[in-house]
Order: sequence, then structure tokens, then C-alpha cells
Amino acid sequence: MNYVAAVLGKLNSNVFPHDKATLGAALSIPLGGLLLVAYLTYTKRWKWLWKEWLTSVDPKKIGVMYIIVGLLMLLRGGTDVLMIRAQQATSVGVSHGIVSVNTFQQLFSAHGTIMIFFMAMGLMFGLINLILPIQIGSRDVVFPFLNLSSFWLFAAGMILINLSLGIGQFSAAGWLAYPPLSELHFSPGVGVDYWIWSLQIAGIGSLLSGINFFVTIVKMRCRGMNLMKMPMFVWSVLCTTLLIMFAFPILTVTLTLLFLDRTVGMHFFTSGFGGNPMMYVNLIWAWGHPEVYILILPAFGIYSEVVATFSRKRLFGYTSMVWALAAIAVLSFSVWLHHFFTMGAGADVNGFFGIMTMVIAIPTGVKIFNWLFTMFRGRIHFASPMYWFMGFVGLFTIGGVAGVVLSVPPADFQLHNSLFLVAHFHTMIVGGVVFGYLAGISYWFPKIFGFRLNERLGKWSFWCWFIGFILAFVPLYILGLMGATRRIDHYNASLGWQPLFIVAGIGAAIIALGVGIFILQIVVSIVRRKDSIDYTGDPWNGRTLEWSIPSPAPFYNFAIDPVVNERDPFWESKQLAKDSEQKAVHYKAITMPRNSGIAPIIGLFSVAFGFGMIWHIWWLSIVSLIAIIVSIIIRVSDDNTDYVVPASKVEKIEFAYAAKRAEAPKRRYA
Amino acid sequence: MSDVANPPMNLDISNAEYQKNSKTLFGFWVYIMTDCVLFASLFATYAVLHHNTFGGPSAQNLFSLPNVLAETLILLTSSFTCGLGILSARARHKNKVIFWFFVTFVLGIAFLFLELSEFRHLVITGNSWRRSGFLSAFYTLVGTHGLHISVGLLWLVVLFGKIFSGGLTRNNLRQLTLFSIFWHFLDIIWIFIFTIVYLMGAVGK
Amino acid sequence: MSKEQDVIVAEHELSEGNLKSYITGFLLSIALTLSAYFMVVRRSFTADRIIAVIVALALIQFLVQMFFFLHLGKETKPRWKLFVVVFMIMIVLILVFGSIWIMNNLNYRMSPEQINTYLNNQGGGF
Repeated sequence: MNYVAAVLGKLNSNVFPHDKATLGAALSIPLGGLLLVAYLTYTKRWKWLWKEWLTSVDPKKIGVMYIIVGLLMLLRGGTDVLMIRAQQATSVGVSHGIVSVNTFQQLFSAHGTIMIFFMAMGLMFGLINLILPIQIGSRDVVFPFLNLSSFWLFAAGMILINLSLGIGQFSAAGWLAYPPLSELHFSPGVGVDYWIWSLQIAGIGSLLSGINFFVTIVKMRCRGMNLMKMPMFVWSVLCTTLLIMFAFPILTVTLTLLFLDRTVGMHFFTSGFGGNPMMYVNLIWAWGHPEVYILILPAFGIYSEVVATFSRKRLFGYTSMVWALAAIAVLSFSVWLHHFFTMGAGADVNGFFGIMTMVIAIPTGVKIFNWLFTMFRGRIHFASPMYWFMGFVGLFTIGGVAGVVLSVPPADFQLHNSLFLVAHFHTMIVGGVVFGYLAGISYWFPKIFGFRLNERLGKWSFWCWFIGFILAFVPLYILGLMGATRRIDHYNASLGWQPLFIVAGIGAAIIALGVGIFILQIVVSIVRRKDSIDYTGDPWNGRTLEWSIPSPAPFYNFAIDPVVNERDPFWESKQLAKDSEQKAVHYKAITMPRNSGIAPIIGLFSVAFGFGMIWHIWWLSIVSLIAIIVSIIIRVSDDNTDYVVPASKVEKIEFAYAAKRAEAPKRRYA
Repeated sequence: MSDVANPPMNLDISNAEYQKNSKTLFGFWVYIMTDCVLFASLFATYAVLHHNTFGGPSAQNLFSLPNVLAETLILLTSSFTCGLGILSARARHKNKVIFWFFVTFVLGIAFLFLELSEFRHLVITGNSWRRSGFLSAFYTLVGTHGLHISVGLLWLVVLFGKIFSGGLTRNNLRQLTLFSIFWHFLDIIWIFIFTIVYLMGAVGK
Repeated sequence: MSKEQDVIVAEHELSEGNLKSYITGFLLSIALTLSAYFMVVRRSFTADRIIAVIVALALIQFLVQMFFFLHLGKETKPRWKLFVVVFMIMIVLILVFGSIWIMNNLNYRMSPEQINTYLNNQGGGF
């Protein structure tokens, strides 16, 4: 028996990167890590980090952690795309650009995978964690330990995908890893396995979060908040969780089947032995289409909140907005074939799915009109969240119309997998999803941190994103119509494509500037936080419950369980009473969930489990799996998972906030 | 309005305890629904691939119906004894609880034994999961169900330990209820495996 | 005895179900299972008819077990459990029958007979 192989699996000395670029990128991660470790040791903050953040079940803390990871992954995925743009702008004729073919393939695979699973999903779960419990008048989600565990599974997936940069390689099979390319025969390395396991682990975290937030909305709404009184963001999260819960199991199965093909010699998607690679495409998109609606629906919810608040007007057509969300949620399970019109189905099948795709554009259109009608005759205040919304309205409509073009199967036969398609989905994801989440971060930042973000830098960031986006993607629409396909690392000079790619490259650089300014905005705002303190908890003259509690929100959110009577309950209460009057309040003791060290331990063992599965270090996976099971048993057997905050402590915290409010300078809302 | 804010009266448990049960049971129910979609994906895969025998024997040739009938009746009975166990738990009869859940456990082991024997027989006659798309789909669908059964049995062992050491506490009762939901659901999935894989296979479709 | 005092029984959902419902469910399920089994073993009908009947029997047994073992339908309003069951069934039907329709269609269009027929009728090319 080969003991070295038994212990180390497929690991050997050749697994580290050879080319300087990848090696440099890979080394930057442990270098950054070392700096962080040094900082924490020097400032003696290890215990603080563990107690206050890594083991905290407070959804506000978990949300911040998700957003930090999401923004880091934005940088990682963004670096990937800058290299892609640089390659495509320079790799013409005799020049072959700046990276090798294999590296290029890993770049676009990593870019897509990271942006969707770790940037977008990370920001999404972050914002939901931050705001959902407060908006429904609750103190926490229904399963706080599960919530933290979901975060750690997400982080485990993130760690695995970043490990691929330095140990082994990543998948070169695109962000969805179609077989037969992703089967063992054509991808014999560990790249596809990294892809499978980082997504499988993060995917389980997502599924559990979906269940958690769904049950939270069903069971934890405060008194008086029936379904038709919920804020629009809560409705959007409810529909999103339905999609998550019923789509992610399909992903779990599909990844497992590909894993079984590669590792145990099964024949689901192989080219021979009765496998059917087309079944993979069918299954992965049966998940994949709901996934993109999972990403966009919470953004729609954020836009509803932002537009109403900054138009000083209640949302137009609340009921139709709810029906539109519900329709989109249901319909999103009926359109998935439009991702593979060209795979060879007949006109009847293609026609059905083409029509369903056009139908699903209708409720989205309803929402756009309702937002615009909300603005009509409102008293609009163009704070930075509104900038993101305005950018969204323009871009998303154009991208959506491009989508309707693609939904016509004969047109799609020309445009499938062209740069037109790439431009379309980026318009939806950047113009729709990313703009929405950046708006959400800008909008809700004061609630979580107690001070506002620098508005000027926020607006500059927006303009860089918006102008950069147009420069980066209008050329791609044109190139697609000219016949340029996606994922090409080199093309002939005679095609005349290079100028357009150069413009696209400039656009990407401007977006990068926008990202940098966004980060700068956060840093500057932290440094200068004393100049923008949110004294009242309501910096934007908001309408919903989250603005009724102090900023930064106390860990228990509400000292007294709220009771609501109307939609926009905080707006209602502001109109009815002078909010500065301190009514006689009787505080009660509050039960809160304890922190948990088990959740990060599960995360750690998940990383080890995944790593073992990828490198065929079976003993590591078995031991890790047992450790995870034991951890779960320990946690489930723990009867002492809550603690009580005495009424006196609640009173003390609330009085401190009241004192802070009294200091507020007398000035208009921001 | 959520029932948590307005729980029914006439309960001899605290409001907090009612809420915890209500949330946990509903949350688990929702998880079971997601597990159904997981099985649906496996069924869809089986439906698409089950004729892809790559020249090898088909379902009609391979499956032993009497064995499957035995598995089905055993699992069904275990679902019933699980229900009896829950009734005993409600009536606070700790010994009956242990008895009925032990019977459930034994029946579960018997089911797994029959299933693994079937798999072993297929493998040693040259019909492993590497042979064709059909067999890959078969082993994965039926095997995933078997994996769920195994997890359930492990859960039951842990529950026995807790009941022996701690008695029929609120937490243990809640766990038993969650287990019973899981176990009933596995029997329901088996109805479809029995019908679609084995019976339809035997008929030649 | 103190441990038994610890036992809490009147949990709202735990109190659903009684001996009668479990026995009824069990006996019905056995009957449905055996009917399906012997229909297949006896082969008295055409394959299609047998399949239609055993699928119907399976669906009935599904409902029987949902009602008698899992107590579906006994919720008070709001009926969230029922809602997620119905939503799940909808997704399952779309996924399973959608996949079968799509993959069948692809398969047909790739089969040699279909390609040959098309070529013979059309005089070449797709």
C-alpha cells in the first residue's frame, strides 16, 4: 500500500503555481492574512474578534461579516475581469495578450463563479441578515445558530475557492462546468473538484439560510403585521426564500452527480456508457434560472424601500407589487430552457419556453412603472441610494429589452453565447443586482454603524460605476451583434474588433475606480465618523420599523415588542405623535441567544472535508465529517443556549440612546 | 398574523415553549419539503436515464420483486411503529416509547440489510454503478434514500442515549417528533421508488 | 417520577394524531401496496394500464400517509404547512415532467430514425 498517497492523496510538490502572475496573486492572500494576524496580535484583539464577531449569532454582526466577504470577493472577481479585459484588448493578430490560454480559461471560470456565489450571494445574505429581523419587528431570526452556521459554510466555500489559486488550479470549464469538458477525461486535474466542493458547501449554507429566513418571516412578525402590511423588502425576501429553498436542492443533486461521475466512475453525464451530457445542462439551469431571480428579487425590495423613502411618498401599487413578486417567483421555475435553446429541442419546446420568458418580463415591467409612479408628484431627495436606483432604471430596462430579444428562439440561435448575451446578463446583474445591493449598503449603513457614509464619495462611486458600465458593455452588445463569441482569448486583427475591446477595457478600469472609491468612501466615513453621527436613528426620514430604533441598533433591536397597525408603520407613528416625547415605558427582561463556537468549528471542518474530497485525502474527509456530526450532536444536546438580559440593563441602554438623541443638532434630515 | 403572536389557549406549557416547538417543527417541515425537491431531481434523472442500459440488462431483468415487497412492507411497518412510539410519548410511557422506537430501529436495520444485499448481488453479477447511465441513476436514487435511512437510524441511536440518560424531557419529545416526521417522509419517498423504479421497471417501462 | 413530571405533552402539534388514524393509515397503505404489487406480478392487463393504475395507487397512498401519518390538513389557519406542500408539489411536477419532456424531445431529434426520415423527406440539410 502506498502510504504517502494514502496520507496525502493527490497532493505533491507540483501543486503550487508556476507562472509569476498566479504565484504573486496566490501569495498575496497569505501575506494579507499574516498582516491581519500581526495586527490582531499587536492590538490584542483575538478574544474580541472571537467573542464579538466570529461566534456572534447577532444577525447584524453576521450581516456585516457576509458583506465584508462579499466585498472582498468583489475585489477578487474584479481582478479576474480586469485581466480578462486586458487580454481581450491586446490579444489580436500576432500578439497573444498577457496570459496563457489555460490561465484565461481559469480566469473567466473563476470570475463568474466568484461573482455569483460569493459576491452577489454574500451581499444579499448580508443585507437580509442586517435588516429583515428589524423590519418585521423581531429581535433575531428564528434559528440563530443555524444562521451563523450558514455563514461559516459560505465562508468555507470561499476559502476553498481561494485555496485553488495557490494549491492546484481552478476549473477551466466556465462558471457552470458543462460536461463532457468537466468530466474526468477532459478535466483530469483538481480544478473542477474545487469548483464542485466550494459550491456544494456554500450551497448548503444558502439552502439553510433560505429555510431560516422563510420561517422567520412566517413565525416572527410582530403583532399586527399581517402579510399585506409587511414592508416590500420583506415580501421580496419571502419570495426569494421560496426560490432558494426549492432551487438549491437541484444544484446539490447536480453537483453530486458530476462528482460521482468524476470520482466513482458513474455515467450520468459522460459521453459514453449511456450518459447524457444534455441532462446536466437541463438540471443546472433548472437551478440556474431561479438563481438569478434569487439575486434580483431582494434588490427589487431594496429599490422599493429607497424609492418610497426618498420620494417622501408611499409606494405606488403595493398590492400589484406583491402580486408581481409572487408571479416572478412562480414563473422563474418555468423558463429555464431559454438558456439552451440551441441544444437541439424542437420548435414546440423552444416556443413554449420562449413565450414563458416573455411573460416573465411583464411583472417586472409592472414593478418599474410602479416605482416611477411612486416618484411622480413625490418630493424627491437625491441622496446616493437614489442615484443607484436611477442608474438601475435606465440600465435594467435596456438589459431587460435585450433579454426579450434573446427570448425569441430564432434570434437566440444567432446570439447564444455571443458577447450580446454576456452584455445582457451583466446589465441585469450589475445594473440590477449590484446597484441594488450598493444602494442597500448606502441606505442602511447608518442603522448598523451609527454614522452616515460620505455622500460625495458615494455619488462619485456611482458615476464611475455607471459611466464605466456603459463604456464596458455597449461595445460588447455591438461585438455580439457582429458575431463575437464569449470566452475568446484571441482573435484575428482583420475582424476589426480591437477598438471595441479597448473601449470595453477602459470602461472596466473606470468601474474598478468606482469600486475603489466605494471602499474609500467606507474608510473615509469611518475615519471621519464623528462628523456624520446619526443621532436620531432616522437619518433619511424613513417609513419602516428599522428607523424607529436607535443607531447603531442595539443588539436586541427592540426594547419593547412593537405593535403595528398600518403599512409604513414608522411613518404613520411619526405623523400621529411627536416622536421626541418620552412616554413612560416599562422595560422587561429579554431572552437572547448565546454566541456559539460550534459554528466556526463546523466551518473549519467543512473546509477540511472539502479539501480532502478534492485531493482524495479520504482520511481527512472522514475525520472531518465525523467531527461535523459530533459538533451537531453536541449543539443539539445543549439545553442552555439562551441567556437573559435583565430589564435594568435594557433600561440603561435605552436611556443612553435617549441622551444621545437629545444631543442631536437641530437640523433637517440628511 | 403569525400564530406565534397569538398561540392557542389551554396548553400546559409556557408560551415560550409553545413558540419554540411551533417554530422548530415548522422549520423542519420546510426542510423536508426541500428534501422532496432533492429526490425529485434524482427521480427526474432516473426517468431520463433509465433506458440507457448501454447494452446491459434492464430493470426488468435485474430487480427481484419479492425482495422489494419485503423491503416495502418492513419500511411501512416501521413507519407505523414510529407512530405508536409518538403516541406513547404523548402518554408519557417512557418504556413503551423505548420499545416502539426500538422496533422501528430494528425494522430500519432490516430494510437496510435487504437493500445492501440487493446492491451487493447486483455488483457481484457485474451490474455496478459503473456499467451504465441507468445503473448510475438507480444506485444514486435508491442509495440516497438508503443514506437518509441510515442518518435516521443514527439519529435514533443518539435519541435512545438521550432518553436513557435524561428521560422524556421537552427537548427529547421535540426531537422524537422531528424524527417521526423524517421517518414518515422517508416511507413516502419509498412509495415512489417502489412504484416508479421497481414496479414500472418490472413492467418494462 | 420527577423526570416524568418534566414531560410536557400538550404541545399543539404533537397532540395531533391518535391510534385510530395510525391504524387506518397503516391498513390502507398495506392494501394499496399489495394491490399495486399483485397487479404487476399477475400481469392481467396491458403495460400502460398497469402503469396508470399503480401510479394512481401510489398517489393515493401518498395522500393517505400525508393525512394519517403526517396529519396534513389538520392545521388551523393560516395553513402554511399546506402552502409549502402545494408549492413543493408544483415545483416537483414542473421539474420532473419538464425534464422528461425536454430530454425526450432532444432524444427524438437525435435518434437515427428521425434524422433519416427528415433527410429523406426534405432532400438534405436541417
